[in-house]
Amino acid sequence: MSSARLQLPPRIVEGDVFKLRLLVNHPMDSGFLRDIDGVLIKRNVIRQLSCTLNNQEVFRAEPTTGIAANPLFEFYLRAVKSGELYFRWVDDKANIGEMRHPLVVQLANSSSSPKP
Amino acid sequence: MNALPDPDDLFSRRTFLNSCAQASVAASGLWLGADALAQVDKLTLSGLAESRLRTFEEMVKPFVVNQALTQGGISLTLPSLADNGHLVPLHLKVDSPMTEASHVSHIYLVSQRNPVPLMSLFVLGPWNGRAEINTRVRLSGTQMVVALARFSDGTFRYQTQEVAVTEAACVDNGT
Amino acid sequence: MKSLLLWSLAMGLMWSNVSAQQRHIPLDQLQSGLAFSSPEVRGLQLDDDFASPSAHAIDKGAQLWKQVTGSNNKSCASCHGEANDSMKGAATRYPAIDKATGKLFNLEDRIRNCRSKQQKASNWPLESDELLAITLHVTGASKGMPILVSIDGPAKKHFEAGQKLYMARQGQMNLSCTQCHDQHYGQRLYNDKLSQGHPNGYPIFRLDWQYMASLERRLRFCYASVKAEVPPWGHQDMRNLNLYLMWRAQGLPIEVPAVRK
Repeated sequence: MSSARLQLPPRIVEGDVFKLRLLVNHPMDSGFLRDIDGVLIKRNVIRQLSCTLNNQEVFRAEPTTGIAANPLFEFYLRAVKSGELYFRWVDDKANIGEMRHPLVVQLANSSSSPKP
Repeated sequence: MNALPDPDDLFSRRTFLNSCAQASVAASGLWLGADALAQVDKLTLSGLAESRLRTFEEMVKPFVVNQALTQGGISLTLPSLADNGHLVPLHLKVDSPMTEASHVSHIYLVSQRNPVPLMSLFVLGPWNGRAEINTRVRLSGTQMVVALARFSDGTFRYQTQEVAVTEAACVDNGT
Repeated sequence: MKSLLLWSLAMGLMWSNVSAQQRHIPLDQLQSGLAFSSPEVRGLQLDDDFASPSAHAIDKGAQLWKQVTGSNNKSCASCHGEANDSMKGAATRYPAIDKATGKLFNLEDRIRNCRSKQQKASNWPLESDELLAITLHVTGASKGMPILVSIDGPAKKHFEAGQKLYMARQGQMNLSCTQCHDQHYGQRLYNDKLSQGHPNGYPIFRLDWQYMASLERRLRFCYASVKAEVPPWGHQDMRNLNLYLMWRAQGLPIEVPAVRK
């Protein structure tokens, strides 16, 4: 079981291409290292991580042992409309991690832009 | 310390490490016997069945197969010297309008020396707006990293960067 | 004969005073391990709070602080409120003598003691994820504050024992802490740049282990590295050495969340 942190820009306007930062808590054990007692730590890495928005997969990573522990993934999305971001990841032991986060996309002529 | 070895040389990590060890011993004024040096050797090479550098072809062929492959159009950034191979920041951006008609569909990060050549695959589409990724990789020793981008028309572009790694990931230094 | 005795007594007293106060590295030359780290490691610690390798331990620590537990049904917050207020300076003062038992407690021992005595909850083992996270949370309240431990009164004998350990050669490699960390800091041993060996960043995220680690774990690794017999978890030597190291680092600010290679 693992958790994650997500960082989005504070304000996203329709048409923006914005950056998402996702930090997942996972040891990404490569299977090559030993613990302090000399016992081999078995391989267990996230094999697949996806981001779905409004029922469409908008990002996918398929990492291997070559991605560092507590993996950081930063990628971009075009802001079309509001919805829910759904992140899901699976590791070698078939543990599933999930996170949902609302995505608020303001219209280009929203009230938060300066009035004419 | 001294100049780093040319990563293109196929002289082994063992020799490199020995010379590092000896140079640092000399510099530090501590005398460490042959036994201790042999220990370091053994510890750093254990855990890796094959520790050799792959050729460029071996690195990209499984993904590119017979498609067109050209260099360029990708900015790939990693530190040129990584003190520790366990967590090496990697940034890449592929030039592409990311439209339905022309976009990056897949990005492959390939390692020249890690036990597992493919470090990660990323799947993108026009909805991303930008073919730009930031992540953190593990590097098992000094090597070349290849970023490979597959486009919607099936063609490929690549970029490479050499990274000198002082302390390799994947290798057990004991505890 | 009498004057000879008096003279030796005087010399003995003088030398013991000197050794008790002797600092190989003067206070104004103290440098955190960060000064000996690569730019990437410094960046991981200083640049970005969001993507800190300790991020999850930070979140977990904050969550555990508020978790109601034990047969007393209390969370840390029930008695201590906000850690940032109540725990301010705590990490700068440990290890410290526990008044109730007279024992020298490091910060982890103190937290565990609270958990069993006050919360009456099942205890988190040393080096468990939960203990690391909560220790990080408590340490966070002392961010930037200078280390200042007491080596007086009942702590004195622990300080002296710690100093003795620090100065003694040990292990198959027959090295003492002082040889590397006082006499050769800044130089390289194999591929590593030797730091001054200060404890001001613990619990730390160690890149080599890709994990959070306590000072005790790090010291045990040092022992293993010089091929000395590694003391079992919870050993008194580790706490005595911890106290000596904190004294030696007096004035260095607590760094949290710290990253080292």
